Amino acid sequence: MLNTVVAGVVSAVALLSVLAFAVARPRRLPEAVAAVPAAALVVAIGAVPPGRAWTQVRELLPVVLFLAAVLVLAQLCDDEGLFTAAGDLMAGTCRGRPERLLGGVFAVAALVTAVLSLDATVVLLTPVVFATAARAGTRPRPHVYACTHLANSASLLLPVSNLTNLLAFSATGLTFARFAGLMALPWLAAIAVEYAVFRWFFRADLAAWATPAEPAGRPRLPVFTLVVLALTLCGFALVSLAGHNPAWAALAGVLVLSGRALARRRTSVRELTGAANPLFCLFVLALGVVVKGVTDNGLGAVARHVLPGGSSLPALLAVTAVAAVLANLINNLPAVLVLVPLLASGGPGPVLAALIGVNLGPNLTYVGSLATLLWRRVLHERDAEPALGDFTRLGLVAVPATLAAATVALWVMLKVFGG
Amino acid sequence: MPVVTIIWITEGTWQAAVDAARTLAPPGAEFTLLHVSGGEAAGAAHAAFAGLLGRGGRGRRDPGDRLEELSEAAAEELLRAAGERLGRPATVLRRRGRVEREVVRAAEDADLLICARDGDRERLGPHSLGPAARFVVDHAPCPVLVVWPREAPGLESLPPPPPPERH
Repeated sequence: MLNTVVAGVVSAVALLSVLAFAVARPRRLPEAVAAVPAAALVVAIGAVPPGRAWTQVRELLPVVLFLAAVLVLAQLCDDEGLFTAAGDLMAGTCRGRPERLLGGVFAVAALVTAVLSLDATVVLLTPVVFATAARAGTRPRPHVYACTHLANSASLLLPVSNLTNLLAFSATGLTFARFAGLMALPWLAAIAVEYAVFRWFFRADLAAWATPAEPAGRPRLPVFTLVVLALTLCGFALVSLAGHNPAWAALAGVLVLSGRALARRRTSVRELTGAANPLFCLFVLALGVVVKGVTDNGLGAVARHVLPGGSSLPALLAVTAVAAVLANLINNLPAVLVLVPLLASGGPGPVLAALIGVNLGPNLTYVGSLATLLWRRVLHERDAEPALGDFTRLGLVAVPATLAAATVALWVMLKVFGG
Repeated sequence: MPVVTIIWITEGTWQAAVDAARTLAPPGAEFTLLHVSGGEAAGAAHAAFAGLLGRGGRGRRDPGDRLEELSEAAAEELLRAAGERLGRPATVLRRRGRVEREVVRAAEDADLLICARDGDRERLGPHSLGPAARFVVDHAPCPVLVVWPREAPGLESLPPPPPPERH
């Protein structure tokens, strides 16, 4: 058995290596290739006793399965044309005025992120938004940036909106509906602030009139898919209220939609498995064990001194700020794994404040964290990233403003409705 | 010698630039339709995907790649429409990079550069020229014809005169 300091240092090095590998992805190997051996290492040297590692894996397993179900759900919605219909809907709002299109993009991106998670917005919605902007003859930059920003800032509402929320959900001790109730105002506040910042920041691009495009025709809405999605959402709330894991509702939604899509040969089991991204699930489990090694051997004790207790406004703001900084230094996934166990004893307030920090913070750096940014710079020097200056300036305005607005809104909700 | 005229084609305002070329360029002018892709949108999508740590498994396509394809297609379509509206023979020039710098470089041997304003037309003043157009106007190595994307504002847009100085 090693002493705590050595165990802490080895775990920290293991964590940094896992993150570096996940960013660099040599030969496009899956992230789990580094994370699983690193998890084995921290267990082997005794930094995390096997029993504790097993507890961590057992706690994380339902969470990653829930995420996998939501990822598959989003893919099935895409296969059924939901995102194409969303594009037609957004184009319909434009009518030659780019600022109207921006409003449409905000509404759609906020809803998609909240219901189908930020992954869906980044991977599935962004190309649709670009195509819509191009078709409408407007400059795509504000609209695409809106997508990437809202993927983070509109991911506060539901536990399913962001993997970080799912990881923290059980620690809050809240039901699905109560989580959504407390986060509704912070969610709206963050979106409203983003919208104001975008209208100001992109005023030149938005002033360029679009070519009034030919009317897109009525969008063909996939009604069945929308109904199943709505029922799944209600299911989240009801199943959680009954004291069960809301993941079951997600699974039910997936079974209905995939059953139909398979019967109509619109998808295959292979495609669905790919959408669930099992190697990513494995990566999160292994990452959880490695982070445990870091927090159990020093970092946790240090962080406990730094993090304020209670749900007063200054305390919540401090937690949000620490979480945002940590998310920018490493990434919000390890950040939330580090923070939640330390904050869980303080009730839902501090945990929700930390979620605001880790969810909104990544908009500050171009790729969601400083570490990722530096690595990409080192690895892809040939990639001139022209938007870097603009994107960072946008983040410098939007992130502090959204963090403050959302945290104050959370404090108000906690005051009015109690933790 | 024909007047070498570059028409800078940008989303939203290109029609005005093309129309100005048709009506205002000297007879016998030699036209080049220029489009510069900044790549910001695709870059932002690449970055957002990189921020989703660990999701880059096989079969998970980076949305930035898709945006690059779409942006190529959109630029081609824009230049095709511009050529059609111009209705005269024109060379097509496509560049990638920092938009304002590429436009200035492309105008190196030109006799005339035609572009449309892209700024805020609600408040006429310094900001009615967007940052890219401002840079081009400041650094262009040739005369620049800046046109309004829609009808030009009337004299009523003049701000009230400053109060007379008292002595």
